[in-house]
Amino acid sequence: MSGTWIAVLVTAVCCYALKLAGLTVPPQWLAHPRAQRFASLVPVALLAALIAVQAVGRGESLAIDAARLAGLGAAAAALLLRAPFLVVILAAAGTAAALRALGVA
Amino acid sequence: MADTPAEPVKQAARDGIALGLAVGTSGLAFGAVAVASGLSVAQACVLSLVAYTGASQFALAAAVAGGGSLIAGTASAVLLGSRNGLYGLRLASLLDFSGPFRLLAALGITDESTAVALGQPDPAAARAGFLATFGSLYLTWNAGTLAGALGAGRLGSPDTFGLDVVGPAAFLALLWPRLRDGRTERTVALAGVVIALAATPFCPPGLPVVLAAAAALGAALLPSGAAGTAEGPGR
Repeated sequence: MSGTWIAVLVTAVCCYALKLAGLTVPPQWLAHPRAQRFASLVPVALLAALIAVQAVGRGESLAIDAARLAGLGAAAAALLLRAPFLVVILAAAGTAAALRALGVA
Repeated sequence: MADTPAEPVKQAARDGIALGLAVGTSGLAFGAVAVASGLSVAQACVLSLVAYTGASQFALAAAVAGGGSLIAGTASAVLLGSRNGLYGLRLASLLDFSGPFRLLAALGITDESTAVALGQPDPAAARAGFLATFGSLYLTWNAGTLAGALGAGRLGSPDTFGLDVVGPAAFLALLWPRLRDGRTERTVALAGVVIALAATPFCPPGLPVVLAAAAALGAALLPSGAAGTAEGPGR
């Protein structure tokens, strides 16, 4: 089995197990405020890190890709305008694609 | 005409179905990004069918695309999924599912179904809203994943269509409401960015994102209120 399949299956099973554990374990097990606070803040830290790494990361180095950054800027503008999720995605991809097609970036 | 007790239940079901259909279409984006990242169509579909949690799925696809450590990619995907465990804790008493049905209901725990369930006036409506969101979102997310994955294979270079921006844009959309929650969230987000970028030149791709969890750990270990926000933890 390839490494990618193992990663896919481990991710899938662990993500499901976390959901089931939440529904099943006695609530007091995770009742500690700091545990709850950590679980609630983890997505914030990881999502922000993922955005940064994917925006300017290229392997083990940092690189500026103007079309990609413009696409993210378009996504932020759409979010400020309270656009729905799919519009945000389309604005980002469309902006990057358009800039590349025009040869601007 | 709220003279029947079933009215909140119907309203919750309608809300859930509408939200599920709207959000589920972004499964198209996941399917396309997954295949563009180097996952197979089957791998993209297994993730949507079993993991069924968007941020984790995009995170694993990003790790595969970056050619980095799959262990770190898996770790960041699972860490991102840990919030669903917290949702489960909050939903357990409200939904009160038991037996085999609980095994199925667990799969349905997402940001969306939790938000709909917690927003209802009574447990019956919460159950209806949860199940309606689960049903419509699960079907559209998985159908979208399959369609996007099959479609992406026919496109040329993913960059031509801006697919490389879809992942970060999706993460930004998921992060956005949390940034409005308070100063703690904004500080943690900024610290996560700094940690990840500082670690990037020294680590295999994927690991910097896992290290960014230290930002959340630091904020969680601070005494409550020390971060200068008014909101209570874990509400």
